[in-house]
Amino acid sequence: MIKVLKPGFFTTIQDKGRFGFAAIGVPVSGVMDGYSADIANSILNNSLDAAVLEIIFGSCEFQFLCPTFICVSGGDFSPKINRKSIKLNKKIRVSKHDVLSFGKINYGVRSYLAVSGGIQSEEKLNSKSFYKGITKETVLKKGMKILIHRNIKEVVITNASIKIDELHFNSTKINCSKGPEFELLSLYQQSLLFENTFSISKDISRMGYRLNELIVNDLPTLLTSSVLPGTVQLTPSGTLIILMRDCQVTGGYPRILQLSEKAIHILSQKTTNQKFNFSI
Amino acid sequence: MGEKITYKSFGDRAILIEWKAEICPSISNNILDLQQKIGAFENRNIVDTIVGYTSLTIVYNNPFEDYLNEIAVLKKINTSKDIGHKKSSFTWEIPVCYDLEFGIDLQEISKVTNLEISEIVKLHSQSSYRVYFIGFLPGFLYLGGLNKQLFFDRKSNPRLKVAKGAVAIGGEQTGVYPSESAGGWNIIGKTPVNFFNINQDSPCFAKAGDFIKFVRIDKNEFLQIEKEVKAGSYQISKTLRND
Repeated sequence: MIKVLKPGFFTTIQDKGRFGFAAIGVPVSGVMDGYSADIANSILNNSLDAAVLEIIFGSCEFQFLCPTFICVSGGDFSPKINRKSIKLNKKIRVSKHDVLSFGKINYGVRSYLAVSGGIQSEEKLNSKSFYKGITKETVLKKGMKILIHRNIKEVVITNASIKIDELHFNSTKINCSKGPEFELLSLYQQSLLFENTFSISKDISRMGYRLNELIVNDLPTLLTSSVLPGTVQLTPSGTLIILMRDCQVTGGYPRILQLSEKAIHILSQKTTNQKFNFSI
Repeated sequence: MGEKITYKSFGDRAILIEWKAEICPSISNNILDLQQKIGAFENRNIVDTIVGYTSLTIVYNNPFEDYLNEIAVLKKINTSKDIGHKKSSFTWEIPVCYDLEFGIDLQEISKVTNLEISEIVKLHSQSSYRVYFIGFLPGFLYLGGLNKQLFFDRKSNPRLKVAKGAVAIGGEQTGVYPSESAGGWNIIGKTPVNFFNINQDSPCFAKAGDFIKFVRIDKNEFLQIEKEVKAGSYQISKTLRND
């Protein structure tokens, strides 16, 4: 078990999400930054589908009630075990009663905590990912206990840690392809998309990121059709919305761009007022 | 068939198939038939299919190497005759209490449309509505077939909280909020029935291609059904359609 001493801003349990339930309107969900979550699970020899904790800007505290191995990846919020700094992207042994906490925010937005064997929370529609109305809990709360497997068998701890691609956190290039309604834009609107620099607004969540800059828009709305994580919608007011993992399955705004999976991961580590360029 | 449909890539792991942009049952039937055929095809790389009013989106697990190749496969599936086992379609009878206590926008609609409230309720509960697809929220049914006299613009300021079970009209559509959420539709009543319940084997009873009929109930019946729904003993009345 892991006991939640401090829940943090918005800590959730996530795996790779639920697929195959669009027919009843259920979003995909899952880890926002799949690149970082994969690293943490790989280092622990977990399946890449294993559930992890997605932690935003640290400020949470967990106590381990059994011995296991952990790995923290993604954003660097100065993780510590019993107030002693630990390295990111490294297999760390924890003992019963050890406390994991976070401190100064160095870079990134989301940190991932993987444990040996994965988090063992309830599975609904083939996934453990938190989502309102699907899982009983939607965010971690103080005092909650999270089921994990006890692991003391593995004794070998190597000092090697994986080298992280720095561009994952520094890159301002968001790769995408043309969305289904891209060709409805005027050449001028199209050029604005690629010549301008965009920035993330305050209105951000796991459902989507709204951008600050507007693109004058006179396109009609569509007959409701599919949207996907990574779809860039253009609203009648000219606001760009980049849909993220918890987005609904259908929408009616023109879909002008589609981010690559890698671009979704990169954007997940950016926050309000950070700038980037769309690249096609 | 002979209807013109287009195939295009939607990112590097989805293909969007589009029909003529017109809401109509025959196009919807063609979409559901193709969805059925693709489902029967058992391509393990296909993880989901998403139905819209005039579109079907095929979602793949991995980026495809050549989307033209995938499109060729989908076109071949579409022309194949084997549709597999066709799902039965049902008409579901949904009890709705249209009392003003729940139908908080009925007076406003009555004022603007010059229809008596009893007339609004009669018009709303006499049609059968086709379920085109489910989206927006888990268990939110996109219904077609609203009487033109009941078309009513969405609110310019959406409510921050619309109750679960609220039955509402938004533009040319009617629908039921499956859970509490923000929403801009005009509320005309409330149903005690769950449109999404994760603790049931099939969380949403309805599927695209089914029909919904709203049946007027009074407050006492509402409270009784609400009790039965909570106890898990309520069965929504349904009839098999043979069309």
